Amino acid sequence: MKVLGFILSGSGEDNLRNLTAKRTSAAVPVFGKYRAIDFTLSNMVNSGINKVGVLTQYNPRSLMDHLGSGKEWNLDRKRGGMFILQPFMNTMKNNMYYKGTADAIFQNMTILKKSYEDFVLIGSGDHIYNMDYREMFKQHVRNGADITLVTKKIKDEKFDYSQYGQIFKDEESRITEMHEKSSEKKSNEVFLGIYFINKSLLLELLYSTVPNGQYNLLMDVVIPNIKKLRVFSYEFEGYWRNIKKSVEEYYDINMDILKKGIRKEIFYSGRKIYTKLKDEAPPKININANVSDSFIADGSIINGQVKNSILSRGVIVKAGAIIEDSVIMQDTIIEEGAVIKKSIIDKESTIRERRQLIGSKTQIICVDKNSVI
Amino acid sequence: MKIVSLLLAGGAGTRLGVITNNLAKPAVPFGGKYRIIDFAISNCINSGIETLGVVTQYMPHQLVDHLGIGRPWDLDIKDGGLHVLPPYLSRSDTSWYKGTADAVYQNIEFVDKYNPDFVLILSGDHIYKMDYNEIIDYHIEKNSDCTIACMEVPLSETHRFGIMVTDPFNKIVEFQEKPKNPKGTLASLGIYIFSWDFLKKMLILDSKDSNSENDFGKNIIPFILNNNYDLYAYNFEGYWRDVGTLDSYMDGNLEILGPLPPLDLHDKTWKIYTQSEELPPAYISENSRVVKSFISEGAEVEGNVENSVIFQGVVIEKGAEIKDSVIMNRAVIKKNAVLNKAVVCENTVIGENVKIGLGTFNESKIDANIYNSDITLIGYNTVIPENVIIGKNCVIDNNIKETDFKSKELLSGEGIIKEI
Repeated sequence: MKVLGFILSGSGEDNLRNLTAKRTSAAVPVFGKYRAIDFTLSNMVNSGINKVGVLTQYNPRSLMDHLGSGKEWNLDRKRGGMFILQPFMNTMKNNMYYKGTADAIFQNMTILKKSYEDFVLIGSGDHIYNMDYREMFKQHVRNGADITLVTKKIKDEKFDYSQYGQIFKDEESRITEMHEKSSEKKSNEVFLGIYFINKSLLLELLYSTVPNGQYNLLMDVVIPNIKKLRVFSYEFEGYWRNIKKSVEEYYDINMDILKKGIRKEIFYSGRKIYTKLKDEAPPKININANVSDSFIADGSIINGQVKNSILSRGVIVKAGAIIEDSVIMQDTIIEEGAVIKKSIIDKESTIRERRQLIGSKTQIICVDKNSVI
Repeated sequence: MKIVSLLLAGGAGTRLGVITNNLAKPAVPFGGKYRIIDFAISNCINSGIETLGVVTQYMPHQLVDHLGIGRPWDLDIKDGGLHVLPPYLSRSDTSWYKGTADAVYQNIEFVDKYNPDFVLILSGDHIYKMDYNEIIDYHIEKNSDCTIACMEVPLSETHRFGIMVTDPFNKIVEFQEKPKNPKGTLASLGIYIFSWDFLKKMLILDSKDSNSENDFGKNIIPFILNNNYDLYAYNFEGYWRDVGTLDSYMDGNLEILGPLPPLDLHDKTWKIYTQSEELPPAYISENSRVVKSFISEGAEVEGNVENSVIFQGVVIEKGAEIKDSVIMNRAVIKKNAVLNKAVVCENTVIGENVKIGLGTFNESKIDANIYNSDITLIGYNTVIPENVIIGKNCVIDNNIKETDFKSKELLSGEGIIKEI
């Protein structure tokens, strides 16, 4: 089965406050050495997709730097490979900013038309999960589906349904109804923003909607056709999170990786998550260090106390510094005697001697990139 | 100026015991995620040398696998890059490389293709950081035919090296290969720079001499000296280590630990690059105590680790105690196992409650030339059954199964070696 992948890599929403001040949400660092987009990109590659278009428009520098030529994901290819699809200005001097998800794909129609793939998988750069899509591909064909949407049954009581589309399906998993972003809980199964669709059908649907000013893939393309087309649900049972919803959610996702079960599922399922390598030396834990319940990336040197935290690549923790319940990003230096609790420290920051940053569960402190405190 | 580097990577490293049974010495894992050859290759690219030939011979599979087309070192480039040069057959009588000089002689064509001004001959066996530009500049400044990197070594070590006797201008006047009565302590590090035309001439002459062993140290260098060519010593003062014995291998690994290590792998101005397994960051659990150690990516530590190098993907279960040890990729140390001064090779499983490194030193019954320290070595893909007690200076071969253990105790100096 030949599948073309598209990754929608984030809009300019500011749910993540200063974390997305200078980068798109797909490029937000997570779990010490990864960027959010690594998960969907690796899932695609691990499922045998070797042509992937990354649709990007909001502040993409950081994302582009990360992706490079796609080499780390084995996507620097002659046949297929990775395409960065950015909006551009055309000869009529019209700004061609993507006006929505459907518009983003529509504007890159050439790729769709030129490709020999029969199916299109559309994912998001903001999702953290490890999934083998090939099971879904099989089900899609067996169901004779036009569109398959990845869905998940929600068990969490506190789940914010207003952020997701809720679905109803029949006993054959055919979706009968969908309610997008309704604040009221109607169904316990939600759509995860991952579409699998026959390519020629996608072409037709886009041609019949986008030119009429209907730019949203879900609202304008899928939902109006839910009764006319065979739209099926593929239920994903594994760990799935969206990092873009809020800083608190982002923090919780990072902390999730300290749980053995989640770590096993995400990283040791046999499908590796690839990322840009930095060739740093292994983490060094010195004689006065005290590290517990923490995730430590390459290049870090620890002399202080680290507890229940995520340390990214190249983080330096000097003697007497205390880090608890925090996420410390790449190349940050925590100097002697500094105390950091319930905080997220963005890249290349320096926390000077004996400074104290103490957040709380509801008020996570979030320090800008390149800060000196 | 055009430079080609040739890395001699055919070393068998016999004094590393079972570590090198199925593996060339340059491919031996080191420092948590590296292999020995990474140092020489990284030195080359950090020095701006991007044409490399790696001459292989002994057990090359893992080495060649590691090198690939040189991608981790950015050497997958169109002009130059990394080339593996195995021995080959041709219509004339060529076969295995007879010696280090023959290995270069048989690859004259490879070097000629790039028509370099200088050729750097390196060994893939050593751990060091060196900016080769300095020796190259020195070679040019002295207008030398051949320049050898040298380092002062303790008098007690001189018998392991080629010893250079120099005049006040660093010109080499005498050379002693592994001398019993050394005339000095300036030792050759196996790093040579030659002007290519000159080296080619020497190699061709040497190949015609049927009495020659075709070796740089034994034949080429003495020949150059005897014929009064210009041979200079370049005095290197940085970090250089031969990790060719178990003892020095252990020391070399443990030397990277501590706050001010002689070999700083975290130095961002001279990175060491390697082919690494793509694994997530290391996890250290709530109840573990880890001090003075390297814990590489993909490691899951629930026990205690002190003064040790833990490689990628190693699992250390609850209650396990690891001290002064080197644990290679994907080894599993089960609950309550205690390891002291142990080298555990890749994919090996140490069972529950196993104790390694107990008792006092005893001379090895296996091979006292190789195994002659407190270190106990456990080979690749081996399983040590639970509750086994192993002394000091022991060795367990590669691919040993639980059923190969006849008793629950191995005294110091004993071992389990498979019959070949």
